[in-house]
Amino acid sequence: MQNEWLYIGLFLIVGVALPAAALVLAWLISPKKSNPIKDSTYECGMETVGESWVQFKAQYYIFGLVFLIFDVEMVFLFPWAVALGKLPLFAVVEGIIFILILVAGLAYIWRKDALEWV
Amino acid sequence: MNFWKDPIQVTADWLMSLFTGWGMAEGLANILINLLGIVILITIMLVIDILLVWIERKVVARFQDRLGPNRVGPFGLIQPFADIIKLFIKENITPVGVDKVVYNLAPILSVFSVLILWAIIPLAPQILGVDLNVGLLYLVAAGAIGTLSIIMAGWSSNNKFALLGAFRQVAAMISYEIPMVVALLIPTVLAGTMGMLGISQAQQGMWYVFLSPLGALIFLISAVAELGRAPFDLSEGESEVVAGFHIEYSGMKFGWFYAGELLHAFTFGGFWGILFFGGYHFFGLENWGPLVAAAIVLFKALIGYWVIMWIKYTLMRIRIDHMLAFNWKFLVPLSLVVLMVTALLNTILRDASTWILGLSMFLSNALIAWITIEILRSRSRKERENAEGLAQPTMEAAQH
Repeated sequence: MQNEWLYIGLFLIVGVALPAAALVLAWLISPKKSNPIKDSTYECGMETVGESWVQFKAQYYIFGLVFLIFDVEMVFLFPWAVALGKLPLFAVVEGIIFILILVAGLAYIWRKDALEWV
Repeated sequence: MNFWKDPIQVTADWLMSLFTGWGMAEGLANILINLLGIVILITIMLVIDILLVWIERKVVARFQDRLGPNRVGPFGLIQPFADIIKLFIKENITPVGVDKVVYNLAPILSVFSVLILWAIIPLAPQILGVDLNVGLLYLVAAGAIGTLSIIMAGWSSNNKFALLGAFRQVAAMISYEIPMVVALLIPTVLAGTMGMLGISQAQQGMWYVFLSPLGALIFLISAVAELGRAPFDLSEGESEVVAGFHIEYSGMKFGWFYAGELLHAFTFGGFWGILFFGGYHFFGLENWGPLVAAAIVLFKALIGYWVIMWIKYTLMRIRIDHMLAFNWKFLVPLSLVVLMVTALLNTILRDASTWILGLSMFLSNALIAWITIEILRSRSRKERENAEGLAQPTMEAAQH
């Protein structure tokens, strides 16, 4: 196909449509005999005490922040890695210094005990 | 053109002449043919998925000294199809208080995030959906949709267990994405391209697993964590959060989560094979034709799937603090060191022969592995001494 992204777009549409079609088919042929007890949350288990949407541990948030820093920097490294074969040694060392800054950040987070699960 | 030399192109040309013969516009016919190809590809993947259920159940039975399904059909081969029928005719129970849109979208997205990966997998030079020049970024982006589906399922279920399981799973997935992306950078550096086909072709002389065994290992470990399979299946810790994020799902909705997990494992086995084990190259066997090459890729994917299963049924579940510490304090620094060494060696030895580069890469990887093991050993020795209280307390006691 001439346009690769058009192909990807078609693929995404079919990728959603087929599983959705299976769910619709299952909805059509499955029995529907609901009652309040069957539809209760965590049926046949303990009843939920309080709110279901609990507050989450702050630790998850810290890991999320650390991940964000690294993920953004990793995306910057992809063009560097692709062009590596044509880059002079100077530019490669520059990229490595960039990674070392990343490592320094990791060392700082580590020293601050942000990686401990408390 | 010969059918066996390029089956996709020949079929597409034939369909094109057929459709234009009916008076269809060429652009529309082109889109229709591609749509047909996509539907066939996804259907084949879903059929493979059904067979994966059977393989999984047979293999886990062997690991646990059982026989596995063996009643329905020869070797129990019809069993997964019977399971599918059962899932279809099960009642779909939607508990009260769920966020309906998000709740129903989550299982679709779960399997969608895996299916779209097959758009870029090169089964052979002639058999591939599309050769994106940003293929590896596409892989990372699709992985993010998988993470999204899990948090959607956990959040919308109106159940504490589901929510806790989703939190754990997402923490694991985003953490292990870092070493995974770094491991993806290593084939990028070696091949000089992000396209899956380019990486496959660049491994004609030597598979990247020999150039960077540590990269292959890091990719495998982080892939297992991304999949949420044992030993990283905290989201499904039965004794803690019952079934994790998919606890409130029943019938076909649960079926898609299950199918998505198995196909995810198979697909990552395939990526492992393509990125580090030569793709469709297998000692010149790929020259027999594109269909043989496709069979080689699927075979390698099955091997990868088997390795992931082997890990799952051998190791036990680890604690969440251990899991995150293993990632941030071990895998991330290690992968960054491997990446830096790979980049430096590839620049310095750019004009050297393949064999010198390969040998130095392998030796550097072995050296890094040895140093890592030594550091770990000394650290654990120190920790053990602290715990047993051999050296430090007696010194302090003498001073006081």
